[in-house]
Amino acid sequence: MTVTLVFFATLMATIVWWLIRQTADVQPWVADGDARGLANTDHLHTSSIKVGLGVFLLVAASLFALFISAYMIRMEAGDWKMLDDPQILWANTAVLVIASLFFQRSYNAAQKQQFASMRNALLLAGVFTLVFLVGQLKAWQQLSAAGSYLSSNPANAFFYLFTAVHGLHLIGGLWVWGKAALSFGDAQSIRQRVELCTVYWHFLLVIWLILFTLLLNT
Amino acid sequence: MTGVAHDETAYAPPSEVPEEELYHPKTFIGKYIWSQDAKVIAIQYSLTAIGIGIVALVLSGIMRLQLGFPDTFSFIDPSAYLQYVTMHGMIMVVYLLTALFLGGFGNYLIPLMCGARDMVFPYLNMLSYWVYLLAVLILVASFFVPGGTTGSGWTLYPPQSILQGTPGSNWGIILMLVSLAFFIIGFTMGGLNYIVTVLQARARGMTLMRLPLTVWGIFMATILALLAFPALFVSAIMMLLDHTLGTSFFMPAIMSMGEQLDYEGGSPVLFQHLFWFFGHPEVYIVALPAFGIVSDLISIHARKNIFGYRMMVWAIIAIGALSFVVWAHHMYVSGMNPLFGFFFATTTLIIAIPTALKVYNWVLTLWRGNIRLTVPMLFAIGFVFTFINGGLTGLFLGNVVVDVPLSDTYFVVAHFHMVMAVSPVLVIFGAIYHWYPKITGRMLNDTLGKFHFWATFLGTYAIYYPMHYLGFLGVPRRYYAMGNTGFIPESAQAVNASITIAALFVGVIQLVFFYNLFVSYFRGKASGGNPWEATTLEWQTPDTPPKHGNFGAELPIVYRWAYDYSVPGAELDYIPQNQPPKQTSQRDEDAQ
Amino acid sequence: MALAIALVLLVVGSVLFHFLSPWWLTPIASNWTMIDDTIAITFWVTGFVFVTVNFFMAYVIVRYRHREDRTASYEPENKKLEWWLIGLTTVGVAAMLAPGLFVWAKIVDVPEDAAVVEVIGQQWHWSYRFPGDDGVLGTVHSRLVSDDNPFGMNPDDPAGQDDVLIASNELHLPLDQPVKLALRSKDVLHNFSVAQFRVKMDLVPGMVPYIWLTPTRTGRFDILCEELCGIAHYTMRGHVVVEPQETFDTWLHSYPTYAETLVSVPGNAAAGEAAYAVCATCHGAQGQGNAALNAPKLSGLDDWYMARQLKYFKTGVRGAHEDDTYGRQMAPMAMTLANDAAINNVVAYIATLPDKPAAKTIDQQVSQNGERLYRSCGACHGANGQGIQAMNAPRLAGMDDWYLATQLTNFKEGIRGAHAKDLYGPQMGLMASILAQDNAVNDMVSYLNTLENSQ
Ligand code: HEA
Ligand code: HEA
Ligand code: CUA
Ligand SMILES: [Cu+2]
Repeated sequence: MTVTLVFFATLMATIVWWLIRQTADVQPWVADGDARGLANTDHLHTSSIKVGLGVFLLVAASLFALFISAYMIRMEAGDWKMLDDPQILWANTAVLVIASLFFQRSYNAAQKQQFASMRNALLLAGVFTLVFLVGQLKAWQQLSAAGSYLSSNPANAFFYLFTAVHGLHLIGGLWVWGKAALSFGDAQSIRQRVELCTVYWHFLLVIWLILFTLLLNT
Repeated sequence: MTGVAHDETAYAPPSEVPEEELYHPKTFIGKYIWSQDAKVIAIQYSLTAIGIGIVALVLSGIMRLQLGFPDTFSFIDPSAYLQYVTMHGMIMVVYLLTALFLGGFGNYLIPLMCGARDMVFPYLNMLSYWVYLLAVLILVASFFVPGGTTGSGWTLYPPQSILQGTPGSNWGIILMLVSLAFFIIGFTMGGLNYIVTVLQARARGMTLMRLPLTVWGIFMATILALLAFPALFVSAIMMLLDHTLGTSFFMPAIMSMGEQLDYEGGSPVLFQHLFWFFGHPEVYIVALPAFGIVSDLISIHARKNIFGYRMMVWAIIAIGALSFVVWAHHMYVSGMNPLFGFFFATTTLIIAIPTALKVYNWVLTLWRGNIRLTVPMLFAIGFVFTFINGGLTGLFLGNVVVDVPLSDTYFVVAHFHMVMAVSPVLVIFGAIYHWYPKITGRMLNDTLGKFHFWATFLGTYAIYYPMHYLGFLGVPRRYYAMGNTGFIPESAQAVNASITIAALFVGVIQLVFFYNLFVSYFRGKASGGNPWEATTLEWQTPDTPPKHGNFGAELPIVYRWAYDYSVPGAELDYIPQNQPPKQTSQRDEDAQ
Repeated sequence: MALAIALVLLVVGSVLFHFLSPWWLTPIASNWTMIDDTIAITFWVTGFVFVTVNFFMAYVIVRYRHREDRTASYEPENKKLEWWLIGLTTVGVAAMLAPGLFVWAKIVDVPEDAAVVEVIGQQWHWSYRFPGDDGVLGTVHSRLVSDDNPFGMNPDDPAGQDDVLIASNELHLPLDQPVKLALRSKDVLHNFSVAQFRVKMDLVPGMVPYIWLTPTRTGRFDILCEELCGIAHYTMRGHVVVEPQETFDTWLHSYPTYAETLVSVPGNAAAGEAAYAVCATCHGAQGQGNAALNAPKLSGLDDWYMARQLKYFKTGVRGAHEDDTYGRQMAPMAMTLANDAAINNVVAYIATLPDKPAAKTIDQQVSQNGERLYRSCGACHGANGQGIQAMNAPRLAGMDDWYLATQLTNFKEGIRGAHAKDLYGPQMGLMASILAQDNAVNDMVSYLNTLENSQ
């Protein structure tokens, strides 16, 4: 549970720090005629949906942190056999990096209002994500072909579990991507979706890199 | 997410969302069933939660019958008893209290108290309720599958929860875990809303430090829930895999019913860590909203500002943060490394300090106030009393050596009922008496309310105070029958019988409350918009009950905190949050 | 006003209840008086807070109750007061925590000279293992557990050969001798708890948690399982007897070492045949039973179960209760079996008799109730009533229904299974209480009759 403890301590420290910063040095009982002046208007600069995504990423991060600490604890039992990770994972990782890069490109294009190149990059990003998912499935097939089933060893079980949960998160993201990629709706909402997806993909890339390092080394 | 070049026209600041932008459904179904109005969703959440809560209440009555009068009711066999205990605990904690405080009160009060038109993501909010309902239905379905519900205790500890020898070890536990997973998904949808609404959609002038404590309590509880529920989710998934696909996350090499099983190497204690990593924050998830609400009830009905508002806020923050580092106080006797005991005993007792501060400040709010003993106030004071009692017994259990003899006895049962089944439930009742006029436009009957208070307050004390002493004697929890032992005197059975009688009495008395809810809806005294003369924004709405959009054409502008009661020099003993200070309005007029 | 009075009365009542009630910690029988002291300290600190805060609140409610002419004072906060209160609370908390941690340090630290005893839990009974002369417990593994090796001993470990195996719910401990209890579970979580010892701990499969203590008072104390471990959790009980060293030694020597259990000779059916002649007069030559003589069917009954019952009859554990009419007839018969070997022989002979399902005498429509009630029984006796040795639960299906009915009633009424030396009878007694309703026994037995058909 150390991982979780450290993760949550940092997280809670950040939240507490932020909250205290918002609330210290305020004398709440003082009324103010010029309410506009007093209003904490900082928050008005980020759209709600982005804040929403940010909060959701925290939830997802907490989910993965807990999975990882379960992994580390379970690893200590005597029956752990290191998994022979399928080589294809390296290729998959590269593909996911590329997908993320395309999202970034799409994002940059969106910032510059270049909608055509935004859409192209977006489509490619999605295609690469799909390739990644197929690659993960291949990895599963290779593993089970080699006789490493879910129940044969906890290392395998965690492998399947992690890749599945990570993959499901990507699939969820693809839904929003799909809306952006297919939508002929107004440019602003597409642009917003591109921004959201980019952040989300970067996050899932980081998560994957952490998981991959962990799976490789243990 | 930072460094985004910003286009002012793209995102209108929320407090400037014009009233027209909300989608107003016209049909009955759109308005009341597939509603996206947080207030309607709140009612849907509350009714569902209370409905399933009544099931849990009835189950507790049946359990008490068995404990008070063993060998009398043959329809309660050991399996059934354990199934009732499990479902009782799980429903009460998760499906009733969490859903009611966050889904019910959260949805109703956050937008109104922050001065927002609605939640930020209304569609997601609606979805949240329907997923919750689905979770409840799956839970109910588990009563009817072969083998019945799981009987492994609300803690669902493996290995037993998924092995023969425990009731419902097949379908029951699977449905339980699936239902929890849905609950968590549904809750996450709602939780995102509550957080983002508080952060983003507050009215102009509503700084964080001007929020009523109710919002603070619900806000912090939601943060806890969003971060803690994943732990339950993780353990539920891993246990499902152990059960259905034969993995060994939690399952070591063991026997069952005289036969060797295929599992190898898993750790039951790992499950307990994950469970309590969720489980302990969970108890504060139901406590913090209660803390918040009761602060407002006390302040309003004592006509005095809450004492030490800032400390109250920081205490909520501190309790929230600390609640993530105390979980293993549920595991002092679980076989984990005993050295953890030092760390967790210390953190656990430290939590008592911010909590104590809250208690003092409630009492100090009453002090030199002008206390109106209305029904909500009665419940609030009842809460303070029972919470002190329950919290103090928590200190027994938190201090690791004292926990060792008391763990798994009725002392624990008494502790958590006092602090969770009585205190927050009293707050819920108080809150319903308090906000019912806003929700329906009518007052609840006062006499019935007072009767309900006295019966519930005294009745529950009669249930749980003696129960501590059963715990000291060493009566274990989750025992279908005590039978004969060498150390538990016969008289313990008399205590049990009297507890049962009190419990049945209190259970039946709740009918008075439901009668009151029902009848007052049609015949209650009209309440007007602000019957309690309160300052917070929900009492300043143009309509009562508030319409969709809450505040009519123009959103309120907030000039002051939520606690301007008995301000020296003011005309009335309260000043609504949206009332501009005198001199300024003068100045505005001059300017025009 | 009424509220203030109520609060005062509740506080006073609670305090009085505390001092007057007869319900309190049982007198301690171990060295952990420090735990009781910490409880006392906690009581004084929390009691003080409870009384003070609530009295103050009651006072405030009266003093500042609503009056038209009163206005509440306006005081947003008082930092000084708040810090004082925080400081005082911190002192109170420290006053409880410091002794607590001090005592915990002792609980964690097992003394060098503590003798080791292993406590083994399984659904739903206890057994124990002493290290024997070498003072070392032999290695065990849960994969090795079987009907022939219920302790899961590693046969290749020399250290295990002299381990004393106590296949009984009753543990004896020598007085004033520190002991470390190593806790092992064969199946699910359990919890070893003796109220008089104060310390308790879970048994977790896959690990070996421990507690230590020094028994300081002789006596016979209840062991209760305090971790929910399934349907029969509440019946998972045992006893611990604290006695002087000499008596303890005699007790310990009455149990076999692991090596001795390995050499015990199996029963000789041929030798048993002669002895069975006595039994045959009532139970029939084929062991088919005889309802008229109230002698149940024996053929097909598990040998380990019969051996245990015969010993019980011999030693007066069973068949001594004055209301146990037929048991009292059996007891002198069992006396004809001179020793354990004779018992094993006759049991071995009975095992050779043909097993034909007993005739059904209880003629009743099979009720849903019986099936529902059997849920609990099946947890030990098996879903088909086939009996499970590991659970110490004998076969029920295909045996005489009238006999089962009598025995269930006997269990229910404490005629059977209440004897202090009856290992698993008390468990059955607790279970039989689910048959409280008049017709429950018949419902149950008629359901058992259907199991035999499906076998
Ligand atoms: C709303 C729910 C709620 C709340 C608020 C609490 C609050 C606390 N709980 Fe409780 N607890 C539960 C719900 C709750 N608990 C539940 C459900 C279980 C059992 C689960 C199960 O096993 O099924 C449980 C079990 C439980 C255990 C495990 C027992 C065991 O299984 O062996 C422990 C042990 O440390 C504990 C401790 C505490 C402590 C220290 C607090 C503290 O936060 C209390 C702080 C409050 C006060 C202390 C009172 C106010 C203070 C003052 C008036 C001043 C004090 C002054 C001085 C001390 C000088 N609780
Ligand atoms: C919020 C939580 C909550 C609530 C309200 C209750 C209420 C009650 N509980 Fe609860 N109980 C638990 C949570 C709760 N319990 C938990 C978590 C467990 C542990 C389970 C386990 O071991 O796995 C447990 C276990 C438990 C046991 C131990 C069983 C055992 O270990 O063998 C007993 C025994 O007496 C008991 C009795 C009662 C009684 C008599 C009531 C009540 O009936 C008390 C009187 C009634 C009220 C106080 C009114 C409440 C009203 C409602 C709930 C209706 C809802 C409507 C609105 C709120 C508007 N409960
Ligand atoms: Cu073993 Cu409860
Ligand atoms: Cu806790």
